Formats: sequence, C-alpha cells, structure tokens
Amino acid sequence: MRVYHFSEIAYPQAWDAGRAHGSFRVTLNNQLFDPALGGEVINRHLDEFMLCDDLGLDIMLNEHHSTATCLNSVVPLLLAILARQTKTARLLSLGTPIANRPDPVRIAEEMAMIDVISRGRLEMGLVKGAPFEIAPANSVAPRMMDRFWEAHDLILKAMTHAGGPFNWEGEYFHYRQVNIWPRPLQQPHPPVWITALSPDSAGPIAERRHIVATLLSGTIAKNLFDAYRRKASELGWIAGPDRFAYAALIGVGETEAEGLRRGHLIADYARTSPLVAEPFRNPPGYSSIAANVAALKSGPIGFVAKVTTRDGKPIDITKATVEEFRAADTVFAGTPDQVYAQIKDFHDQVGGFSHLIMMGQGGWLDRKDTEANLTLFAREVLPRLRELSPIRQAPAIRAAE
Amino acid sequence: MQANGAEQLTIAGIRIEAVMAGQGRPLLFLHPGDGFWPHEAWLAELSRRARLIAPWHPGFGHSELPRWFGSVDDLAYFYLDLAATLDLQDAVLVGVSFGGWIAAEMAVRSTARFSHLVLVNPVGIKASDRETRDIADLHAVGEVERTRLLYADPARAPRPSEPTDRDFVAIARSREALSLFGWKPYLHNPRLKNWLHRIDRPTLVLAGANDRVLRPGYLEAYAKAIPEARLETLADAGHHAHVEQPAALARRVHGFAGLD
Repeated sequence: MRVYHFSEIAYPQAWDAGRAHGSFRVTLNNQLFDPALGGEVINRHLDEFMLCDDLGLDIMLNEHHSTATCLNSVVPLLLAILARQTKTARLLSLGTPIANRPDPVRIAEEMAMIDVISRGRLEMGLVKGAPFEIAPANSVAPRMMDRFWEAHDLILKAMTHAGGPFNWEGEYFHYRQVNIWPRPLQQPHPPVWITALSPDSAGPIAERRHIVATLLSGTIAKNLFDAYRRKASELGWIAGPDRFAYAALIGVGETEAEGLRRGHLIADYARTSPLVAEPFRNPPGYSSIAANVAALKSGPIGFVAKVTTRDGKPIDITKATVEEFRAADTVFAGTPDQVYAQIKDFHDQVGGFSHLIMMGQGGWLDRKDTEANLTLFAREVLPRLRELSPIRQAPAIRAAE
Repeated sequence: MQANGAEQLTIAGIRIEAVMAGQGRPLLFLHPGDGFWPHEAWLAELSRRARLIAPWHPGFGHSELPRWFGSVDDLAYFYLDLAATLDLQDAVLVGVSFGGWIAAEMAVRSTARFSHLVLVNPVGIKASDRETRDIADLHAVGEVERTRLLYADPARAPRPSEPTDRDFVAIARSREALSLFGWKPYLHNPRLKNWLHRIDRPTLVLAGANDRVLRPGYLEAYAKAIPEARLETLADAGHHAHVEQPAALARRVHGFAGLD
C-alpha cells in the first residue's frame, strides 16, 4: 500500500468568524485572512510535506476556493515547489477541477511540467469539484460532466499525441495547434485519478481504467468499489486493489488517548467542510434531476453528505465525535496497533485497496503534533500496510546522483 | 380555457408542452425562468380576448431539450419556427423576465408574424458598467429571499397545492434549464442591446412597480434602445408581475395590441 499524507492547509484562525457568518465558503470575507500569518501557515505545511519525503510517505494536495477550510487554491503551484524540493515521494494532485477551468491545454502543460521536474513522480487527479466550487469559478453546472470528459480527453491527448500539432474543435474547447512542450516523463502519461462518491459515477472511470478515490465512509467506499469492479468485470478485466484509493482522517499516538485526541482535532475538517450557505450547496444543474426531485420532496436542500456507521446508523458529520467517525471509517485513530487493525479491517471490508490517503493534519492540530503523528505512523503502521497490500515499484525515475 | 393541462406540440422535431386557450388573434406568451403552473390566473385573463399560446420552453417543465441547445439564440429560432409552424399572423408577442429576453432576441431577427411586442420586466441586456449588477443574483440567495425578490408580496408566489413527482421534475428541469441558458453571461447577451434598434413594431415595456430583481434605470435603458417603445409601470407588482396582477396585465396587453 502507498500512503499519501494530505492536509487541506486550513486557516482555523477564521473559523469562529465562519461559524458566525453561517458559511465557511464563497462569501466569507477575505479580510479575515491575514497574509503574513497565512504565509507562515502555508510554509509550515510545506515543511510537513517535506518531512513525508524523509519518512517514506507520499504526498497529496487538493484545492478549494474562497474558503477558510483550505488555503491551497492552486494545486500546481504548491506541487511544483514539492516537485523540486522532494526526492522520492509520489506527488498526488487530487486534483484539478477540470470542468471549472477554461483551458485544458494549460492544465496538460502544468501537469507535464510537474512530472518532468519531479522526474516522473506525478499522480494526476482530475476532479469534478464540489458544488460550492461552481460559484467561485462561475462555472455552468448543467452538462458539467460532458465538459469534464471533453477536458479529460483533450488533456490526455495533449500529453500522448505523437507527430506534431493536432486539432481540437469540440463542444466546449477549441484549439487548432495543440503541441505541448514539455510533454510528461511518465509514459504514456502520469496515472490518472478521479474522485467519486456515488456508485453511479464508477462506470465511466472503470471504462478508462483510472484510479477511483473516495472518502467519508466505508459504506460509500464499498458501494463505489463494488460498482467499479462490476463494470470492469463486464468489460472483461479484473480491477485489482491498485485501482482504489480511500482518504481517511488518521490520528496515531503512543497511547490510545493521544491518538484519539489527534483524530478529534483532525476531524474538524469533516465538521467544518459542509458549512456552506444555502444557495451554494446545490447549484442548479450540478446534481441530477432525480437527486433534485428527492431533495425538493424532503424539504430544504442540504449538502451534508450522508454518512453512516457500519451498522447503518447515520451520523451528523458537522457534529460527530471521533468515536462516531471511527464507527463510520471516516477516522482511524488510536495506537499504531489499533490504527493498523482498523485499516486492515476496513481494507478487507471494502475488498482491498492499494492507496491510502492519510489526512494526517487538519484544523488546529499543530506542527509538533502533526510531525509526531506522521512520524509514528510512518514508523509503526506504514511497514505493515506495505505488507498488507504490496504494490508495484513506483515508476519514479531517480535523479542522477 | 381547455382542460386544465397542457397540449403536446412538435416544432422542428422538438416536442414541447403548451397551454392553448381562447379565440381571436394569436398571443404567444413566453414565461419567465421559473416556468408556470396551468392554474395561474393570467392564463385565463390573457385568453379572454386572444388565442393564447403559452408554451413551456424547451428544457422547462416537461418540454424536450435537444442535446445541442445551449443558448437563448436556440430558443429564439425555435419560437420563430413555432410561429411559422402554427402560421401565426398579426400576433402579439409577450415575454416576462427570461421570456422577455427570448422575445427580444426573436424580434431583432424577425417581426414578420407579430404586430406588437410586450416585454414585462425583461432581462437580456447589459445596461450598466461591468461592476454594477443590473439583475439580482438569484442563485446567490436562499429560497425565502429568492421569493421575496421575485414578488412584491411573497404570499402570491404560485405553487401547486399537492405537488406530484411530475411537478417536482418540472421544477428541477426548469431550474437546470435556466442555469444552462442564463448562467454566464448572467441572464443577458452582451451584444443584444446593440441590435434592439432592429425591432420595428410598437413595443410596450412594462415594469413592475415593486420589482426587486432589476436595477432602477434598467428598463429605461431597454425601452430607449427600441425605436417604437414606451415604458409603463404596473402597480403593486414585483418581478413576476403577470402572477401578481393578472387582470391589470391583461388589460394593458389587450389595450396596447388593440384586442379590446
């Protein structure tokens, strides 16, 4: 198994204001962000990502916009820094919201550049993005997935096409001379990841044999992975564990109490993420007609994802305790032995997966705690996970010594 | 008015639903972005002195949305096809809000089948500078505030008494379609104002006196750009003036178009 440390690079200094405002996103005044302090926060997180390189952990970055829950609004910029500064970690961008971007060729160029600078360590996530990302991007939500797949096809063609410039006159994107320099180092292109929550999304991802990544609960993961495996089987191939990724919030400690305390602090990510003002939760056209009909029938439209424990008990992720999150497999927390046991149990429950995204920092978890969390995990848990789900050797090309 | 419901029409191969009612000169009514319910009072009022044709736009209600439709241009050409298919002559073209935008886009292309144009709180043009919003951002407010913006008296907002699944589908489809046609640029065509000079029919621009959606001065700019336009106000009416003042609206339309 590969384990990718992830942090949203939150700005909890503005969370009380966000709660008072009733939304952490879109409309929260950016004067609440202190650029000098924010620079320190971002640099601190870059240091923690650098530590991963020494610990044998891989790295994942994501982006959100207009929010105090995630200061990273530009994945390729931070990834470019890490491409240069790290030596061995795989660099997972999860990812670029390609349906919210006007220029897929530019995305192909950014990703190829990172792949070349990192000497082939890029894992390339292409994501739909959350509904509340529509407003900051002013993106047209209807037919968004059509735009997504056209952008996807164009990016991959831009990365792989041999023989000089090609023409692209699609429904959404128009170019007459596509010919990116540099092109990516990994051939034919860096591994592609796509995020999903609903089993309905599995089909198109399985058709392309991309890695599917999800989060929040074991129920969500199992249904999604099962749907992907079924689709693969229909198409005549077997989807191995290397096609599956799960993102969990992870706190380990020398004692169970310490691990739970860290898990509790990191879980503020899940508690704050869904706090979005009503009009931005479900922009028209983002969700299917059927989903909107169900929402209209059940009253005000919510965005808070349905998360249940393994016993099927719903939990409110805006308020849940670390114990409730653990029962839903949102959080793995405790001593290294306990955390390994939870992950192994979850791994077996969902039918196996080779990529674990570890949110090892969230909210107010400070630098000292974060470093201790990552170090203890890497020393005590990671080696056992490598045995649990062996993976191919990373295709990274080493720098010339 | 015919049986409380919709008729199916096929125009240029596209199947839509419409309410057809009344006798006399044709009156084509283009609804605002929320669509409408067949029990709304303006249908009966407008059809007293005209042959009312009130379609649900492609993508709205239960009207089919061709996969290739993507802009108000498509709706304008579609309705010019409808006017030709139904062989409308000397017809009155009425549009409210988003429907007013479609009507204006039709009229700059061809007025051959229409005698009069009535635009009720129309959107569709950009009147102010780039940092001044002409049209309230209805997608940035919650349901309660949205209703308050659309109606002088929010209690007048129409809703079916016992909505069925089919009604909820109509609501969800209309919201999605409005977003498809009007999200960006927001409820306008940056070039339309420059073509309004082509409208060569008497035009009535009707403003709801209590409209909270359009910026003051917007409809003045609209009317000024149309050669034979006059601007009038409808009292005690918000953005959806046809819902709030159906009888007064019908009197104005009938009087203006010579349907008395």
